[in-house]
Amino acid sequence: MMIRGAVLPILLLAAWELTSHSGTVDPRILPPLEFVAQTAFDQVVHEGLLRNLAASLLRDIAGFTLGSLLGIAVGTTLGLSRIADRLFMPSFNGLRQIAILAWIPLISIWFGVGEAAKIVFIMAAAFIPVVLNTHEGMRSASTQLIEVARTLTFTRWQLVTRLYLPSALPSIATGVHLALIYAWVASIGSEYFMTIGPGIGGLIIAGRERFQMDLVMLGILILGLVGFLINRGASAIEKRLLRWQQA
Amino acid sequence: MRAAAIPASAWPSVPPAAIALLFPLTLLALWSISAHFGWLPPQILPSPGEVWAALLDLARSGDLARNTGISLLRVVEGFAAGSFLGLLLGIAMGLSPKIEDYVKPLFTAFAQVPTLGWIPFLMLLVGIGEPLKVLVIAKAAFVPVALNTLSGIRAVPPIYAEVGALFRFSRWQLLQKVVLPAAVPPIFTGLRYGLTHAWNALVAVELLASAEGLGYLLVWGRQMFWLDTMMGAMLIIGVVGFLLDRIMATCEARLQRWRLA
Repeated sequence: MMIRGAVLPILLLAAWELTSHSGTVDPRILPPLEFVAQTAFDQVVHEGLLRNLAASLLRDIAGFTLGSLLGIAVGTTLGLSRIADRLFMPSFNGLRQIAILAWIPLISIWFGVGEAAKIVFIMAAAFIPVVLNTHEGMRSASTQLIEVARTLTFTRWQLVTRLYLPSALPSIATGVHLALIYAWVASIGSEYFMTIGPGIGGLIIAGRERFQMDLVMLGILILGLVGFLINRGASAIEKRLLRWQQA
Repeated sequence: MRAAAIPASAWPSVPPAAIALLFPLTLLALWSISAHFGWLPPQILPSPGEVWAALLDLARSGDLARNTGISLLRVVEGFAAGSFLGLLLGIAMGLSPKIEDYVKPLFTAFAQVPTLGWIPFLMLLVGIGEPLKVLVIAKAAFVPVALNTLSGIRAVPPIYAEVGALFRFSRWQLLQKVVLPAAVPPIFTGLRYGLTHAWNALVAVELLASAEGLGYLLVWGRQMFWLDTMMGAMLIIGVVGFLLDRIMATCEARLQRWRLA
């Protein structure tokens, strides 16, 4: 079945290679494959592609960590306290209707266009799914278990740490997984609009401005590849952490 | 159903909506007081009144209706194209494992790059005109629709097909009378996701390359440092996004009604 799956990509690449060499299309719009490979090599060796990648990843990790930790704290509070839930959840649900990218202009006025603004934006992107899933997980604790805990006269703290948190864990993991994906896309997005400083998003935008399709393609390839690896890694970790569930 | 939470029986008789409004109203009051005493310069935080006035201004001059209309039209065009193609591909892959074998890897690679990544690529290919917006929005809707259609068709219980075989249904009848109706709920979930993605993609593409539309209002406000206009545009983006999703949710509920019977 692997062979069938390879047919279309190979045809596509062959058509690309033939068209770009036929001279019918501007090579700036459709550069030959080997040209893209050359650009990739040059970027890695001479132009500091890895530095750009590291800058994007660091931003991603900083925003993701802050956003998901805050999200777990807020989601737990909202999930456990009925008053907090009624007070804040409707407002949170209202605010989250605004497409996340629409916050960028406002964030750039409040926090500038430097590192702080980018991290705030990535944080917001990671925060939302973690709050939603943590909240949901906290509320899905089984009523029977709660009864048992009552009978055992659990203290409030025991109730939270031994009952609510463990039963919310799979849901929290889903939220954190989503946050990882959103944070990576948000990192690139923040670099699109706040172009100061190194980063893969800045690289793609520079490629577009200089009309260098090879650079844009390289950037997109890295963007997709890193996203794929992050997703794979998160799935593997999630599976490992939630092994006890299968038992 | 809500599980019994830690006892929290305070104000049991206050209606939830009143509690829900407490926080935004407090925030609004604080915001007004801060504006009144000039705690923050208006270039950083304009007063709620100014945001409201900016919205009214936009509404009166017709700018609001025009830009919202342009944005909605783009979303409708892109969503229609993208979801139609997504349905076709999803049905084809769902019905024929052979087609899935051929197409799925390329599709997965294509879907792996977020919509935001495709925008600069498409800008070089097709320029920054109307086709760019429709293509970007179509891509955003295409992926979730195709994926949900595929998994929806796959999830149809084989027993249904067996009953169809019992009735000696033709392939076409089987598709039309058994498989598609059974797959409608998940397909519709895909369409709903698709519309949400389409709306987000619209905001992205209008922020990056547009001279009209709600996203452009934001860019324009940013350049002029008109925070009141920006906040007004954000509000409209949120409200329209919410309404689009509500419409889909209502249709979804209606389509699912027969399941309850």
